[in-house]
This record gives sequence, C-alpha cells and structure tokens, in this order.
Amino acid sequence: MRILIPTPLRPYAAKQDAVEVPAKTVGEALSGLTSQYSDLRRHLYTDDGKLRAFVNVYLNDEDIRYLQKENTPVRDGDTLSIVPSIAGGGCRCLGGCCCCPR
Amino acid sequence: MATVAENIQPATLSNEEVLRYSRHLIMPEVGMEGQLKLKAAKVLCIGAGGLGSPLALYLAAAGVGTLGIVDFDVVDFTNLQRQIIHSTDDVGRKKLESAEESIKGINPLVDVRKFETKLTSDNALALFRDFDVVVDGTDNFPTRYLVNDACVLAGKPNVYGSIFRFEGQASVLATKDGPCYRCWYPEPPPPGLVPSCAEGGVLGILPGLVGVIQATEAIKLILGKGEPLIGRVLLVDALGMKFRELRLRKNPDCPVCGKHPTITQLIDYQEFCGIRGEEAPATTKVPEIQAEELKQRLDAGDDIFILDVREPHEYQICNLNGYLIPLGDLPKRVNELDSSRDIVAHCRSGVRSAKAVDFLRQAGFRKVKNLVGGVLAWSDRIDPKMPKY
Repeated sequence: MRILIPTPLRPYAAKQDAVEVPAKTVGEALSGLTSQYSDLRRHLYTDDGKLRAFVNVYLNDEDIRYLQKENTPVRDGDTLSIVPSIAGGGCRCLGGCCCCPR
Repeated sequence: MATVAENIQPATLSNEEVLRYSRHLIMPEVGMEGQLKLKAAKVLCIGAGGLGSPLALYLAAAGVGTLGIVDFDVVDFTNLQRQIIHSTDDVGRKKLESAEESIKGINPLVDVRKFETKLTSDNALALFRDFDVVVDGTDNFPTRYLVNDACVLAGKPNVYGSIFRFEGQASVLATKDGPCYRCWYPEPPPPGLVPSCAEGGVLGILPGLVGVIQATEAIKLILGKGEPLIGRVLLVDALGMKFRELRLRKNPDCPVCGKHPTITQLIDYQEFCGIRGEEAPATTKVPEIQAEELKQRLDAGDDIFILDVREPHEYQICNLNGYLIPLGDLPKRVNELDSSRDIVAHCRSGVRSAKAVDFLRQAGFRKVKNLVGGVLAWSDRIDPKMPKY
C-alpha cells in the first residue's frame, strides 16, 4: 500500500512524498515504514511504542482512531496518510514559528 | 446545519452599497438578504499576517460590516513576500494600522476594530463575545489551542487555516455540533519535535490559497449557504496542486467540547504546549564567541576552522567562507572535522550552531565555540554588505 508522507516528516524519509510498503494492517504498514526509515520512529511513536497524539493517521479519508486503530486491515489500493499538526500562519518572525529559520 | 446566519440582524443598504455589491445582489445565493447579513456580520481575525492578509481583504471587499483584527506586530521586509495587506512603505508600521488602511482603501464602509494585544487566556473570551465568527490565522500551537478553547467556550465558530512550506490545512471547527481542534489533535507536539529551523520557509502564495479558503468559509457561515468545512479537513498541497479531504469526527470524550468536558475555562497554553518562558531553545549553554572577536582573530591570522551548519540553499544566500555541514548531517560527517583545531560554528542566528557545538562537545571536541548571533550579527556589526534573511 501507499503511505503519504507530509512535508514536515519528509526529511526523515529520504525526502520522499510517498512510500510503498507491503502490509495487511495499518500497524504493519507503519512498522514497515519506520523500519525502512528509522529516524521517523520517534516522530510517530512515543518511547513506549504508542502512536503520538499529535500525529493523525488516516486510511483513505478516515481517521484510524475511528476504525480499528493499528489493527485496521488494509488492501493494496488503499492510501495511508500521516497528518501531523502544523501551526504556521501569521508568522511573527520571532524565530519561534515554523516558517522562520533560526 | 450549524450557522451563525440566524443570529445576525439585517439592516438596509444605501444606493452606494447596492452599486458596490451588485454582483452579489444579482446572484440568488447572496441577494439582498445575504448582503444584509454580511453587512450585519462581525468577524474577528486573529493575526494580520500571511493568512490574515488575504482573508481580511476579501472579507472587507465582500461587505462584511465589522472586521476585528488582533495583532501586536510591526511590518518587516520579510513579511512582504506573502502578507499582501501590507506594502513596502508600511515596513516599520504597526500591522494593525497598515491593515486598516488597506481595508479602508478597498471598502471604506467596513468598521475596522483594532485590538493591539497578544491574544491571551485573560482577554480571549471578552474579545470573542462581540463577534459572530473567529478566523484563526495564528502561527503557534499555544495560540491555536487558546483560539479553539475560547471558541468552544464562547460558542463561536473557528474558521481554521494553517500552512507549512507547500502544504496547508483548512477546516471549520467548534460549531455547535461539529468537532473542535482538540477532537482532531488532542495534544500539541512537544517543542523538540516541531519541524526544525532548517526546514522552515513558506511558499508566499500558499497563505493566499488557504486564507481565501478561510474567507470563503466565513462568508458561507454568515450567509448560511452551501456545505461548510464542518467535520472535514481540506488538505492543500501546492507543489502537487492536489486538494484532499479527510473526515474529522467530533470526539465524545473531547476534554473541551465532549459530553463531559474537563476544560471549562481557559488554561495556561504555554505550559500546555510545554513552553516555559525560554521559547528559543538556546537552553544548552555552550562556549561562545562574539562576531567582533572572531573578526579580530581572523584578521590576526589565527588558525580558525569555520563550520557552517546551515543548509546548502542558505549558504548560497551568504556565507563566511566556512565549511558546510548541515546540522542534521553532523553526526554522520563528524569525522570530517579535526578536534585539535579551533572551531567556530555558526548558523543564521546562533540557535542551530549552539546545538552543533553541544553535539561536538559531547563527541569530545574541546576547542569549539558558537558564533553568537550567527550571520545576522556578522551582517549587523562586521560586514553590512552581507545580506540578511
């Protein structure tokens, strides 16, 4: 299946916007992804192995929290989207926001 | 459909207004009834920056009667690439003054209410009370959660938009029966996992795209027409020019809008987001060198290895002729450095290079210092010909 990588996480996935992984469940797909790109793991999972609360995962257009979470079965044509929260907008340019370099 | 339309009391239109809004009046979805709703409507824009610029201009042009703007910033040159409500001549002026002038230029009939303040837990509810719709154009997680919670508590819809590089998100949150931002993201990312400075930047037109989507949603809420982005998130990818839609569900256990809320008043959002005062994480104390001292030592012919930890595209803007290893590559390229030499690390402002110095010291480097203020300080105090960005 295809996993879409959002812009903020692409630096940890060899700058790719999508990755193909073989998987039968959402959990398998995500562990396939993080075993290929180990830097992604700490962005997606807490130290005790739970998906982080600010990273939402969608199977097609549905939040996996409202399906069977990581046990949700997937099929070949499905798309998994990782959608992290982003805060940018106004930009006060104090160097504290996400669109200003430091 | 949850709508603000029924709460708004229509007035009448003058002949001048009939002419001005005639292209609205001749379409049945707006018509006289809708235009009067727009005239009676009060919209509060949080921020007059990237998102606030286009949305405030379009809401003004469309005939929204009252536009409130909350902002305490001053226009600078780096804003002009995307904040189209401000002009080159406005650099140095308060964004509120500049925004009001642009709005009045487009539509002098708009009542602009300026709030020169930071939005806080102490003032948000009182500010929101007098408005029908809140449009969130802020740029940081604490304010995002503050706007959300205040909208839920005050019963005002939150027209949400957010951008990063080439990507944007938009939704309509905190309506009576719809989900709120906390249903979507119960917790903010810890500061350490927010995208790092090396991956900053935003395509200038992106806030235009997303801000105009927010303006469209605000107007639909006022008119009570169409299908608002309630229970849906629109994802905008400007690079692929793809628009995708995700379902957003109301969480019955949401701490602020759920069945048994635990957050019934505004909280400390800095603390909630794990930020305690020292927002710029110059927290690691490392050996430092000032720009003047570096200049003196270089002029004296001292053997100093300058390590530039910025990204290659930043090096192209300006550089100190240093050796380039981006901060993210440092762990795997550390063997390129000679720990017996004096090393001065620098970046744009000194934050990334402080991390580099900290890393190198842990790797056993003893003769490494951080250039305080980075190339910005160098440009300010040593070489004014060096461009700042």
